[in-house]
Amino acid sequence: MSGLPDAQLPGGPLPQAWQHCKEGLPLVSPQRKRQLRLLVVGSGLAGASAAATLAEQGYQVRLLSFHDSPRRAHSVAAQGGINAARPRAADGDSISRLFADTVRGGDFRAREAGCWRLAEISSGIIDQCVAQGVPFAREYGGSLATRNFGGALVSRTFYARGQTGQQLLYGAYQALMRQVAAGRVELLCRRDVLEIITVEGVARGVVARHLISGELEVHTAQAVLLASGGYSNVYFLSTNALKSNASAIWRAHRQGALLANPCFTQIHPTCIPSGDAYQSKLTLMSESLRNDGRVWLPLQPADPRPPAEIPEQERDYFLERLYPAYGNMVPRDLASRRARELCQAGHGVGPGGRSVYLDLRDAISSQGASTIESRYGNLLQMYERITGEDPYTTPLRIYPAPHYTMGGLWVDYRLMSSIPGLFVLGEANFSEHGANRLGASALMQGLADGYFIAPLTVTAWLAGHATPAIAADHPACREARARAAGRIAALLQVAGPRPVDAFHRELGAVMIERCGISRDAAGLRAGLAEVAALEQRFHAEVRLPGTAAGPNPELEKALRLEDFFGLAQLMLRDALAREESCGAHFREEHQTADGEARRDDSRFAHIAAWEHRGGADPVRHAEPLRFTSLEPSARSYR
Amino acid sequence: MSSRTLCLHLRIWRQESAQAPGGFCDYTLESVSADLSLLEALDQLNEQLITAGERPVSMEHDCREGICGSCGFLVNGQAHGPRAATSVCQLYLRQFSSGERLTLEPWRAAAFPLVQDLAVDRSALDRLIAAGGYCSVNTGQAADGNAMLVGAEQARSAFDTATCIGCGACVASCRNASASLFVAAKLAHLGQLPQGQPERARRARAMQQQMGQEGFGSCSSHLECEAVCPQEISADWISWMHREERRSAG
Repeated sequence: MSGLPDAQLPGGPLPQAWQHCKEGLPLVSPQRKRQLRLLVVGSGLAGASAAATLAEQGYQVRLLSFHDSPRRAHSVAAQGGINAARPRAADGDSISRLFADTVRGGDFRAREAGCWRLAEISSGIIDQCVAQGVPFAREYGGSLATRNFGGALVSRTFYARGQTGQQLLYGAYQALMRQVAAGRVELLCRRDVLEIITVEGVARGVVARHLISGELEVHTAQAVLLASGGYSNVYFLSTNALKSNASAIWRAHRQGALLANPCFTQIHPTCIPSGDAYQSKLTLMSESLRNDGRVWLPLQPADPRPPAEIPEQERDYFLERLYPAYGNMVPRDLASRRARELCQAGHGVGPGGRSVYLDLRDAISSQGASTIESRYGNLLQMYERITGEDPYTTPLRIYPAPHYTMGGLWVDYRLMSSIPGLFVLGEANFSEHGANRLGASALMQGLADGYFIAPLTVTAWLAGHATPAIAADHPACREARARAAGRIAALLQVAGPRPVDAFHRELGAVMIERCGISRDAAGLRAGLAEVAALEQRFHAEVRLPGTAAGPNPELEKALRLEDFFGLAQLMLRDALAREESCGAHFREEHQTADGEARRDDSRFAHIAAWEHRGGADPVRHAEPLRFTSLEPSARSYR
Repeated sequence: MSSRTLCLHLRIWRQESAQAPGGFCDYTLESVSADLSLLEALDQLNEQLITAGERPVSMEHDCREGICGSCGFLVNGQAHGPRAATSVCQLYLRQFSSGERLTLEPWRAAAFPLVQDLAVDRSALDRLIAAGGYCSVNTGQAADGNAMLVGAEQARSAFDTATCIGCGACVASCRNASASLFVAAKLAHLGQLPQGQPERARRARAMQQQMGQEGFGSCSSHLECEAVCPQEISADWISWMHREERRSAG
């Protein structure tokens, strides 16, 4: 297909595919590796693990992090756990079962070969992290403990209390700092990557802004690895850390890298809802609360009574009513959609009617408050701290929030984007998640990419393309630097009346309304016009204090938001073009009589990969998906 | 959630750079929602400052749910403010009274040079980890994670010390600006696990030595570090670290 590079998918049976691929990948001699320089952008699970592993192999690695320390990357916030298929357990788990859960969880919009490889590598990730000293939960006998997680019938989620992401990140960070001490990784913190440098279509470096001096720096290398995370902050309010941004991948997209499935955003159903206009964050409450909490709304719209005064017969336990088999444990997208519909119909509670009750009353009365406290104590304390309400005596209020982005830069099986020499890892690529992410699979993917896949595939690429790094005064570097300087100068000279966040809030409101839990064609078209108009106003009315020199957090925000405007429009286009409902993408025109998602495998069993075309509309390419191991089937939870 | 609003008087340390002179500036936020966090109130203040053509207040922040360790400054002289086991991003205004005056200052420690206003450079903590706060294992060399048994209690205790978020509150609260709790937590995390044993003595020596080189002081035994730690890491681990020092010296 024109414009879409070869995905390098392996032939032959899936179980042997990765092994065969690995054996065929060319190698680079240890002496030669020492002369080759690699740039890694991002210090989360994918970036830190890739940088540490490539440095262990002997490469000179330079790591650029937006943060003041690699330990702050947003991976630190992941709560639940990390999946791994360790067939030694007696509950019947296997690589093929984790593979099947991943493909089904993604609603058949992910590549089979990638999902199999992820399942195959998963067990080795746990071993690697244990060896690093990650304090996973253990059974009393000393072996690794596991727990159940949504979307799986076996117990394969390894965890470190509710802070698994933190502990896995610290493991990767410590491995990284060991290489920093050894002089094999040069760690450059507080750097914002603003442009990708390409020479004759090949990635050769980046332009970064030093966030303290304000200086624009040119960094060149033989290959560039982007591991810069997801873009849920396009919605302004999300579960992401505030600095999570799309800049590196969006600039790469504008330089020619295809961006795949941008509309697939997971909306997590159990977050603390928004209230005040200045609220900056939607905090995730672990989904595990739905094991004991019952979700309900008053039957009477706009019921003004406090929850305790609403009698049982006037409560609508809507998930239990609609999905008797799964009840409150239906998948994330269904729970989110039903909550939104009822709130829109006027049944919602809390400020603006934008929340539903998650009630622990029955669990507390049957099991006792102390049991519930031992199970969810930290979570409930966090809820009380943020809302000022006691969840032991009054139901929690929750609402869906943008959480994880399955879309990202298109990559082939070797994690290389459509720009040769530019590799993309973790949430920054479009990944193995398909249209929906299985619980406890994000950490697995980040670490699989960083520890086990990229180190081999980057080496294979370098074996054939290890040309000398370009000089910092190469015309391509000067051009990229000039582009970044031009953007900064243009933003600073606007001198309008409104701060950046005011525009970001407006963009978020449009995106959650038009391209959030539920989408339709008219809304998406309206959204495109609204975002374009808002982008124009931003460029005419934004006010940035200060200059390009020295620290300027408002300038950082403005640069991110400028990129979010472009990305938001691509998300809306992608959602408009995908005329089916699948996973996290629900098009209201494509639903069954009882309101469930209707996938269209005949027209949309493909990955949509968008090509940037300067001033013209972007072009949509389709990479067909073939399923040889599993028959695509409809999801049903009734 | 309440709809209560309050008036806050903020006295904030402003300093353009480490080289520039600094001083306190006074600001008043009228009618700020009691449901906001202190950082969100500062966002609101910053929008007012920007609209008025002034430089907003610099502060470190990111996840705003108490786990990334970015945020942190002194609130009325206390690291992360008056609420125990809380990082400043989780400090909500409903616990303050209308008309209250809050003094906000950056961490002050020789090893943490000032960046701007409430933000300081804590990269010294990364260099402490680089000195030895890891297990040396290359990717792909790991044995089966179940081949090495770790008791549930032992894993839990290691976890309790591994939760340090590197915010630097312990340093900022110590009269000697010591990083002892930070170092002790890392030594105890790895030192309690079988994986950490081969490098245990070397790690203790190297991290202690680095602490001196970075300009952190000695432990002052006042236990302020424990009192302000948002992760409630016990200062008992500092005693554990001292035993570790004797062990590694012997």
